[in-house]
Amino acid sequence: MDIVVCIKQVPETGEIRWDLETGTLIREAAPGVLNRNDKHAIEAALQLREVHGGSITALSMGPPQADESLREALSMGVDTAVLLSDKCFAGADTLATSYALSLAVKRIARFDLILCGKETSDGMTAQVGPQLAELLNLPQVTYATGISIHDHSVRITQRLDGGLRVLEASLPALITVERHINQPRIPPMDSIMEAYRDKEVQAWNLEDLGQGSEHFGLKGSPTKTRRVYRKEVTRGTVTMLKGEPDEVARALIATLKGKGRL
Amino acid sequence: MARYGDIWVYAEHKDGKPARVSLELLGAGRTLSQRLGVSLSAIAVGDKVSELAKELIFWGADTVIVADDPIARDYRTEVYTRIIADQALKRRPEIFLVGATPIGRDLAPRIAARLNTGCTADCTDLHIDEETGVLVATKPYFGRNLMADIICPAQRPQMVTVRPGVMELQDRDSGKKGELIHADADLREEDTRVTVLETVREISESEPLEAAERVVAAGMGVGSREGFELVRELAGLLGARLGATSLPVDEGWISEDHKIGQTGKTIRPKLYVGCGVSGAIQHSAGMINSGLIVAINTDPKAEIFQFADYGIIGDVKEIVPAIIRQLKIDTKINDGSFMRRFTRCSMILTAYGT
Repeated sequence: MDIVVCIKQVPETGEIRWDLETGTLIREAAPGVLNRNDKHAIEAALQLREVHGGSITALSMGPPQADESLREALSMGVDTAVLLSDKCFAGADTLATSYALSLAVKRIARFDLILCGKETSDGMTAQVGPQLAELLNLPQVTYATGISIHDHSVRITQRLDGGLRVLEASLPALITVERHINQPRIPPMDSIMEAYRDKEVQAWNLEDLGQGSEHFGLKGSPTKTRRVYRKEVTRGTVTMLKGEPDEVARALIATLKGKGRL
Repeated sequence: MARYGDIWVYAEHKDGKPARVSLELLGAGRTLSQRLGVSLSAIAVGDKVSELAKELIFWGADTVIVADDPIARDYRTEVYTRIIADQALKRRPEIFLVGATPIGRDLAPRIAARLNTGCTADCTDLHIDEETGVLVATKPYFGRNLMADIICPAQRPQMVTVRPGVMELQDRDSGKKGELIHADADLREEDTRVTVLETVREISESEPLEAAERVVAAGMGVGSREGFELVRELAGLLGARLGATSLPVDEGWISEDHKIGQTGKTIRPKLYVGCGVSGAIQHSAGMINSGLIVAINTDPKAEIFQFADYGIIGDVKEIVPAIIRQLKIDTKINDGSFMRRFTRCSMILTAYGT
């Protein structure tokens, strides 16, 4: 069972995590972090490897610093890491991103399964999984909360539309996973050290993918961002209710009743 | 030949009824089609879905393309992609609108990839550019209160997904006539690579969040599961539905279908109460059109106070219990049996001349 896991490094603010002990936000010092959903995809791959053997490749496209996220995947236990990085890849929309990833997967060649997180915390489009499946002509199953392998097929529990479905897909296939699927392991310090000291992240550029630069990045993207602007969300002025909690509560209830909302 | 192709809306359906978002998109599609002077089509795929056609026409479609085939009984990405993409290649729509439901978000990107065109996810506004006639799709952009206008200048159709509740439902015209086109599925079961072995439907709650008149939402400021449960209790006492920002959902305290915002639902209740909600655009995009907005937050600088009608600066764990206490006192006073007992008691006392 050879698996490719597609991962992305996302801006840190996209990954807001909550310290349940203190009720405060955890903010990583690093500017970029591994997309949280992707950790669940890596974990799912590691668990399948434990049962069925085989090897796992983590694949990412991004600027050179995305190397860190691939090291994180290596420290969790993936066997190989590949980073697609080239100036030509910059500014890609979901289709151009999927195209570059599809060429890389074809170059990796040996795989039975591609796993992705459900969506990234920055773009949140959830489009790259389905588009990669299409470009590789693979069956796709999104929103997986369970994956098991049976002979030459994969069985997936899918959370869809307020219900659950059990689907069977032929292999190879592409699956995007929900967070409920597992609890990603936290790599021990020596694995992290090893990932940085002894392991290699293969860097592939435009030449390695064997297609002209016009297919990638901004140029290869059917969608264009025409304008980005600030939108202040305002509506009239706010009336602050002040005082002790019970006073405030009474004032609020009276107000809501007065306005016919209760 | 017409300068532009038609506008298409994907007609999602469940239990023989069109999804509300598809009807919302027919309203939005109507505006776009009038602007371009083209016709509006709905495309429905499934088994025994021809019955949907009339309703889709009443909601604005001029034409309904129906692929009615037992092979399409259950939603399967590849089957639906094949049928819809074949029709799109044949009929060349200019614009294709898809509801950003779990199914729409699975289906639209795959169709876009097959047609080698762009698909802009989770748009909050759509309009036609005066000069070029291209569709300008507005969506919240990563970062604080940033919006982006996205276009797909060269490829067709211009595809977008729109979250449920973003577009307002337009009027239904039960006198409207339209055309029905049957499309072949042109697919055999042997060609499919995914089989549905089992479907377990959850019992859907009586009222979807989008339709609720009152919504109480929990944000990261609730701090803990206990804080979250307080908000749940408040929602119950107010007769409100419980909603959340993405954090309580990610922590697993509440299911995904309670998420409000850019990647969740868009609501327009008469009353919205945000408990520990900061008001970042990822959430506010889904609730800004609420009637009356009440915000409870410890941070006086929280974004939500910029657009709330009533604000309370304070900890959810102190303010919410106080509101719960006051509501319970209120209920007691208004409780019929209490009043009857009270009246009876005073009558007895009166009888004894006290």
